[in-house]
Amino acid sequence: MLTLLAVALLWPGVRLSELDLGVLFDGSNADTMGTFLSAFWPPEHSGEFLGLLWQATLETLAIATAGMTLALAVAIPCALLATRVLSLSALSRGGRPAWWAQALRWPVRGLLIVLRSIPEIVWALLFVRAVGLGPTAGVLAIAITYAGMLGKVYAEIFESVDPLPARALLGAGASRLQAFLYGVLPQATGEMLSYSVYRWECAIRASVVMGFVGAGGLGQQMDLSMRMFAGGEVAAMLLTFLALVLLADLLSRMLRWRFA
Amino acid sequence: MSLLSRLLIPAGLVAAVVAAFAFLQLESAALLSRDGLAQMAAYASGFMAPDLSPAHLQAIARGTLETLAMSAIGTLLAALFGLLLALPAAGRFGLLAQAASRLLLNALRAIPELVWAALMVLAAGLGPNAGTLALALHTAGVLGRLFAEALENTPPQPADALRLAGSGHIAAFCYGTLPSLWPQLVAYTLYRWENNIRMASVLGFVGAGGLGQMLYMSLSLFQEAQASTVILAMLAMVLAVDSLSAWARQRWVRG
Repeated sequence: MLTLLAVALLWPGVRLSELDLGVLFDGSNADTMGTFLSAFWPPEHSGEFLGLLWQATLETLAIATAGMTLALAVAIPCALLATRVLSLSALSRGGRPAWWAQALRWPVRGLLIVLRSIPEIVWALLFVRAVGLGPTAGVLAIAITYAGMLGKVYAEIFESVDPLPARALLGAGASRLQAFLYGVLPQATGEMLSYSVYRWECAIRASVVMGFVGAGGLGQQMDLSMRMFAGGEVAAMLLTFLALVLLADLLSRMLRWRFA
Repeated sequence: MSLLSRLLIPAGLVAAVVAAFAFLQLESAALLSRDGLAQMAAYASGFMAPDLSPAHLQAIARGTLETLAMSAIGTLLAALFGLLLALPAAGRFGLLAQAASRLLLNALRAIPELVWAALMVLAAGLGPNAGTLALALHTAGVLGRLFAEALENTPPQPADALRLAGSGHIAAFCYGTLPSLWPQLVAYTLYRWENNIRMASVLGFVGAGGLGQMLYMSLSLFQEAQASTVILAMLAMVLAVDSLSAWARQRWVRG
């Protein structure tokens, strides 16, 4: 009975996804793939190509770093606006802001949700159409998506630290910014830094993938080589990508260990 | 060491940021000029009036179903394939098989879904089939590793007891190991499915079917109104999946 139900549910799924493993082993397809894959070894390693690869790798790193910087510039003000910790009306109400104060925070929270819910590659596709092919689109896409994620996480980190110092400062007449800088930030720095470094690592992976829609970096070169069926070049770029991800992982683990 | 972390790391970060902006030579002047901004505004205003005609909505519903089907079938295939690879990767068939299957799992996992999709479009042609295969390949790597870890952590006593009582290898696995492993396998698979729904909606950018392909086509044809509806549908799908999984987690995991 359960099996029947599962099959009844899955069959439309298989039809809709046009699943057909046979295509992979079909004569001419397999031939094309075979020649493509056989070109994977040895990976392309001529001097000129390596220069290009180096440029593309640097571009990927630069896109991730610049995107993260812009994202931070947007995320920190948004997190300050969205967090409940700096609420004045919460002072006299045992840490719960008045309803109208919460309502004022909602637009910022909604903005952050929209920014991070649209995948970065969709933003990249939109920006490629708006500002043209190249790294600018990638930087803007990372900046927007990651601003949404960082803003939300920062706001949550601010709310998770001990609120008493900030409340004491606010109660003694400090401005909200002062209360944040001296009451909240000292407790939150470690966690914020380690999360930001982790996101930077994600940004590197994302910027490679975004290249496929024309947003610059390693991904764009990979897309070009794939379209030209240049197996050796694709293999070299995949290896570079793996090395880059491993290095970023290592660096981020090292930095987080220092910050934590 | 404290000097190092106090001065060197911040200085290094600032240098990296400056170098990044210098390397990219972003044309912010051209972007922020009156001309550039006007162009951006004109482009953005095209998205303000989503196309809500019934025909287009029907196409979007079909695209959404296709995306869901791709993610579900891809995840199921991946779970099967992952379990097959997890058995050798957990060391059940000797060291050589373990090393080989671990290498294979790592390779499958290290290549992002979108790169797999681009490769699969070459191998299997345009359409959702390529997307399903790409999801299956990448997810098999992820699930295989998680399954192998779960397999190593299950207590071996029940299976050992069955073996000692004279049952075969397969029966001992099915009745001794699998029951305690099952909840974990299901939880991991569902979690990956959630990720794959999100991923499936963008795989179409390289031609692998679903909502992504619709978005790519309508943007290429400069049909901003249609594209904006597709983006709204994606947004709705992501938010629905998010809230559904949050609800399910609260109901069953913390329970």
